[in-house]
Amino acid sequence: MTSTYAVLSEGLEKRFGEVRAVRGLDLAVARGSVVGMLGPNGAGKTTAVRLLATLLRPDAGSARIAGHDLVREPHAVRRAIGVTGQYASVDGDLTGRQNLRLFARLHRVRDTAARAGELLDRFGLAEAADRPVSTYSGGMRRRLDLAASLIRHPAVLFLDEPTTGLDPVSRNQIWDAVGALKAEGTTVLLTTQYLEEADRLADQVVLMDRGRIAHSGSPPQLKALIGSYAEVVVAHADVMVAAAGVLDQLTGAEPSFDHDRHAVGAVCLDPTLTLPRLVRELDAAGVPLLDASLRPPTLDDVFLRLTETPATDHSDHSDVKERAA
Amino acid sequence: MSALAYDGAAMLGRQLRRARNNPGLLILTQTMPISMLLFFGYVFGSALAVPGEEYRRFLVPGLLVATAAGGIMTGMFQAAQDTHRGVMDRFRTLPMSRAAVPLGQVVADLVLTAAGTVPFLLVGLAVGWRIEGGALAAAGAFALLLLFRFTAVWIGVFLGLLTRSEEAAGQLGGATFLLPLLSSAYIPTEGLPGWLRTAAEWNPISAVTTALRDLFGNAPVPDGAAWPVAHPVAGSLAWCAVLLAVFVPLAVRTYAAGPK
Repeated sequence: MTSTYAVLSEGLEKRFGEVRAVRGLDLAVARGSVVGMLGPNGAGKTTAVRLLATLLRPDAGSARIAGHDLVREPHAVRRAIGVTGQYASVDGDLTGRQNLRLFARLHRVRDTAARAGELLDRFGLAEAADRPVSTYSGGMRRRLDLAASLIRHPAVLFLDEPTTGLDPVSRNQIWDAVGALKAEGTTVLLTTQYLEEADRLADQVVLMDRGRIAHSGSPPQLKALIGSYAEVVVAHADVMVAAAGVLDQLTGAEPSFDHDRHAVGAVCLDPTLTLPRLVRELDAAGVPLLDASLRPPTLDDVFLRLTETPATDHSDHSDVKERAA
Repeated sequence: MSALAYDGAAMLGRQLRRARNNPGLLILTQTMPISMLLFFGYVFGSALAVPGEEYRRFLVPGLLVATAAGGIMTGMFQAAQDTHRGVMDRFRTLPMSRAAVPLGQVVADLVLTAAGTVPFLLVGLAVGWRIEGGALAAAGAFALLLLFRFTAVWIGVFLGLLTRSEEAAGQLGGATFLLPLLSSAYIPTEGLPGWLRTAAEWNPISAVTTALRDLFGNAPVPDGAAWPVAHPVAGSLAWCAVLLAVFVPLAVRTYAAGPK
């Protein structure tokens, strides 16, 4: 089992007072894969990562990281992992180079100067290497943070919202870096609020909702779960109800109305529905059509559909606590 | 243990580099006793029945110990500040000794305050304070002072990790300022009413201050004092041993447990 899975957890639980931040997390991350953990604020993503990265002690359950027991062998787990937190986990008072040399030293790297130099080059930080990190931009900090997580070539890399708050250029740099790590065979578990990020980087997506896994699968599998999305725009408001009747018959789902645009849309669970058939049926029903579309769902659609209830008050609470921590 | 020494040395390096980049707090805490020496020594000293210079000789060891006790406040402040830094998460996910981070902070403080004491001693010499005993005894006095500072900072580190609040550290700064007032740091305890004298003499600051005065040859051990003051060197060592035995494990455990 340990040879197939880099991360394997069973029934992990974490409570903060009354709030059950993580409720029975069963997670299996195949070696060399990238798993994206997706969910709204307060879904328990950060708590899950902090548990797996030995930063929090689970109240119940067990996990093996790179073959080592999370609770009984935290030191061995720490040797095998790299962690980049939501908030840059580097020392702002030190320079980029001083940070990397310090972490290399704590990792027992022999030539700390050489390793720091390599990583600074790789992440485009050579020029800023001798400036205090407090003067870095957000993107530079995240890159330094990622570099610090890679000092000892970790078997498993945890990235907690690695691109939150970054501009598109910095985000692309982080994405490229994760892609390169994947190509090298590093197992990556990342959390994100951005569906695009999960879609682009992850082999497997885990949807978290209120402390547990709501769904998991590859991005195409998850999209297949909800089929496609049909939308038609009609000539005037009077015929919207007629259009909705047709859509209801064809898709088997409750249509939704956009009165401003005279548009009616519905999620379609029937994979055999085609655009010509949609148009023919509406035409036959005498609906004057201006536009019709049948598009594959985005992970956004999946996400909204599979986690119907929005984040509730108590989960928002737990998020505040996570941040305070 | 060698892992602790290695990691602790790395953390000591980190703290010293930080202090070099940002020396504000250190300068503030080390210039404070100089102004207190001048105010107390000349303003209060002139109002007291004892001659001013005699009082200033008496005062220098007291201020050294009072400043060392301020390590509770600086230790707390730094530890609380650190708990809000993401870098603490990184240290906790590294395969390093759990005690290394607090140890690095405490030892760095010791190095920096030892250096910071030099200007105060020079001012002390300028206003009439002298080492009136032997060199060996004086060396013992400085070693005892460092041990007391070491103890105070560990207490502070524990409180800082516990409260995680720089604000609370600031408020406690006021309290640590009060601690030496109920001790023999600024006044002889012999004149205090019985119960107050007992309370003041069981203040660890009194034991260490009396030990320093004795070792520097500035003032004799007072008669009829409570045990820690009557045997000031043994009393000081006992105080430090007890406080360290309590607060070092607490601090290390609180650090290792993390913020939640």
